[in-house]
Amino acid sequence: MADALSSFRICDFTGILAGAGATKWLAGFGAEVIRIEDPVNEGRWDILRGRQPWVDERRGINLGGAFNNHNVGKLGITLNLRTEKAREILERLVAVSDVVTENFSKGVMERWGFGYERLKAIKPDIIYVSNCGFGHTGPYSEFKSFGPVVQAISGLTFTSGLPDQPPAGWGYSYMDHTGAYYHAMAILLALIHRHRTGEGQWVDLSCTDAALTLHGPALLDWTVNGRPTRREGRPHANRNFWPPMAPHGIYPSQGDDDWVAIACRNQDDWERLCDVVDEDWCRDPQFADAPSRHASQDGLDEHLSAWTAERTKFAIQALLRDAGVPVSAVLKPGERIDVDPSTGAFGLWPTVTHPEIGEIRVDGQPVHFSETDWHYERSGPCLGEHNEQVLTELLGFTSEEVASFQEEGVL
Amino acid sequence: MTGAIGNSRPRPGALQGVRVVELARDPIAFAGKLLGDMGADVILVEPPGGDPARRYPPFADDEPGEDRSLYWWHYHTSKRGVVIDLDDEAGRDRFRALIATADVLLEAEPRQRLETLGIDYDDLQSIRSDLVHVAVTPYGRADPKSDLPFTDLTLMAAGGPPWSCGYDDHSLPPVRGPLQGFHIACHFAVMSTLTALLHRAISGTGQFIDVSMTAAGNVTTEGASYNWLIARNTVQRQTGRHASVNPSVETQQLCADGRYANTGVGPRQAKGFAALDKWLKELGLFAELPEAVFLELGAQHEGPLDISKIGEDDEITAIFGASRAALRLIASKLSAQEFFVGCQRAGLTAGAVNAPEEAFEDEHFKSHGFQVPVFHEDLGRDVVYPGAPIRLPECPWAISRRAPKLGEHDDEVFAELALQVDGGR
Repeated sequence: MADALSSFRICDFTGILAGAGATKWLAGFGAEVIRIEDPVNEGRWDILRGRQPWVDERRGINLGGAFNNHNVGKLGITLNLRTEKAREILERLVAVSDVVTENFSKGVMERWGFGYERLKAIKPDIIYVSNCGFGHTGPYSEFKSFGPVVQAISGLTFTSGLPDQPPAGWGYSYMDHTGAYYHAMAILLALIHRHRTGEGQWVDLSCTDAALTLHGPALLDWTVNGRPTRREGRPHANRNFWPPMAPHGIYPSQGDDDWVAIACRNQDDWERLCDVVDEDWCRDPQFADAPSRHASQDGLDEHLSAWTAERTKFAIQALLRDAGVPVSAVLKPGERIDVDPSTGAFGLWPTVTHPEIGEIRVDGQPVHFSETDWHYERSGPCLGEHNEQVLTELLGFTSEEVASFQEEGVL
Repeated sequence: MTGAIGNSRPRPGALQGVRVVELARDPIAFAGKLLGDMGADVILVEPPGGDPARRYPPFADDEPGEDRSLYWWHYHTSKRGVVIDLDDEAGRDRFRALIATADVLLEAEPRQRLETLGIDYDDLQSIRSDLVHVAVTPYGRADPKSDLPFTDLTLMAAGGPPWSCGYDDHSLPPVRGPLQGFHIACHFAVMSTLTALLHRAISGTGQFIDVSMTAAGNVTTEGASYNWLIARNTVQRQTGRHASVNPSVETQQLCADGRYANTGVGPRQAKGFAALDKWLKELGLFAELPEAVFLELGAQHEGPLDISKIGEDDEITAIFGASRAALRLIASKLSAQEFFVGCQRAGLTAGAVNAPEEAFEDEHFKSHGFQVPVFHEDLGRDVVYPGAPIRLPECPWAISRRAPKLGEHDDEVFAELALQVDGGR
């Protein structure tokens, strides 16, 4: 099968998930992604380099499981940009690349002498995509961030919570994932624009701006109606207000920290749910129609919780699926990866062979293309794994030169 | 296109000249908006009577009405709207004529509906051989589970995100980030569309793209998935911070104004402890915190402090303990905003836990032009919308028009089709 993006080369300074996730998408569709790492600190500008989780008791800079997960399909070279020679090598690489991308704090590329103006001088139609928490302009542009800070600032932490509780937020860096999605979109949009016009550009992606677009109509409710989301009874993240649904929530079930999500979209769903539950409260007039259920939702949830608590989540799921009510067990990682057959059948967890880790499963992509599907065979690169290949085959150095670069601390 | 509605675009968007046909369904509305705001000519196809989301709250000025749903306004910017009855043969002919002019079909129809109607990818290819057809379903087109009824909440529960989100107290339920089940799927639908369009621009070839909404959730769970894939470990949810195999320290601070701020684990290196020590002294709070002396110790420490040694190594435990106590004390004296800015100025990574509207009114985002007025000629006023997720200077994001009224562009679009059909397509 052909690759969609095989004609593009990405000079990739990204790290952690927020940047690496973007170039992982491109690599899956055949782009030649060349990761650049610092040999002096063993690539640790990506804090996941050489960090847990591990497959076994071995430890080492090439054995970090998360790093491998986010960097499959990419080549990796080392460049000690403190040396003149490494900067020359980088210039050669930029000259044959379509995209230069990074997710450093503001100013790092400039300090190395590779800001946008310099990149453009090397390659006039270069696409440069930077991704940082607050962008390169504005009062907070010098501030530092990581996923949870982006989520806090943008309102995503606040809206993910229950009434009268502190913010629950996201139990992971949702905006590292999602920042990576917008980062990938930025690269693809800029490539589409260049294809049409021949023009490159610098896209200054601010991850908090992207996050602030994810509130649905809440911000229009603010600008049009003056209604804030910080108000009595809110947030109430497991309920649904647009459109209103009741019951709608995550309910306890038998088992060890087991839960089940149930949603009644309309009167038909409610009546189907009542057919299954068939307890007296289902016939209580205070739950008879949608407006009354919304008005009595706390009481409704108490009754439904008492019913769900006496059954397992999978038993409830089976009963309500048969009845045609939207339902899902809250799946634990092992359940969705190895028990629910649908993810495996979709091919969601491809296995790559890492030179040191061995065979290991990674996150795939949740899509399939009929003509140019994604694929990952290559593992995340070991430190400097492709120095020889990239410098000789792509950049025209001899093996002897590469060996001497290695000796001189350039690579 | 008609002018005067929406705002003007200083330069063509990245997707200028790309026509997207979107079959109106809630789960993909955001994908269509993203493509439209990036410059595509998105034609939203609704059934007679309109898409149910037209009637979702909240409503403008809290007055329910057909064209007053803010939900509709938000998710359908930069689209033109037409009514086509796909259950009727004449309607399907119109749809085929529209597809003949389209680059992308974006749909989240029930799994077998288009095939049954004779307008699935295989049929449409004979009309438009290089069509990019993006189909979004709960479990993918091949999985019968896609036929089950679903909502954003049930998709999220099945996909994995809620397992990781919630509170230290596990008697409280896991929490879903509202709307994000659909948003995650839409992000993948858009990335797929752009990838396929780029491929088509080079090769001339279109294709069919199968997007699974639950799979999209599954690969948007960070450590929950890879801790299982790599080490068969299950992360446990914790209040306001990463779900983790082993419990970690709290990262949210309650501030003097009753709002929270997130500091992460706080400083880990000498420089950070020194900065915190200095800030504490500047605020005149050093004397209030007896253990602050350990900050001075941390400030003299060489190399990063190993956070995994908390509880094992007395000195490291004391230093991190003092750091958390100092942050907690400072937070108790300042508003969340003051605390956030103060932390950042001291070189400590932190963020105020804003409500969405608080972020929206912040000068930082305003300076990016994030508040975007869109003229609603029917109301005779501007409405301020959230702005660009990505600012592309050479091919800018823009809201080109407000959301369409039902059938608003029937005449315009069908007239264009007639011209183009007559023109020999």
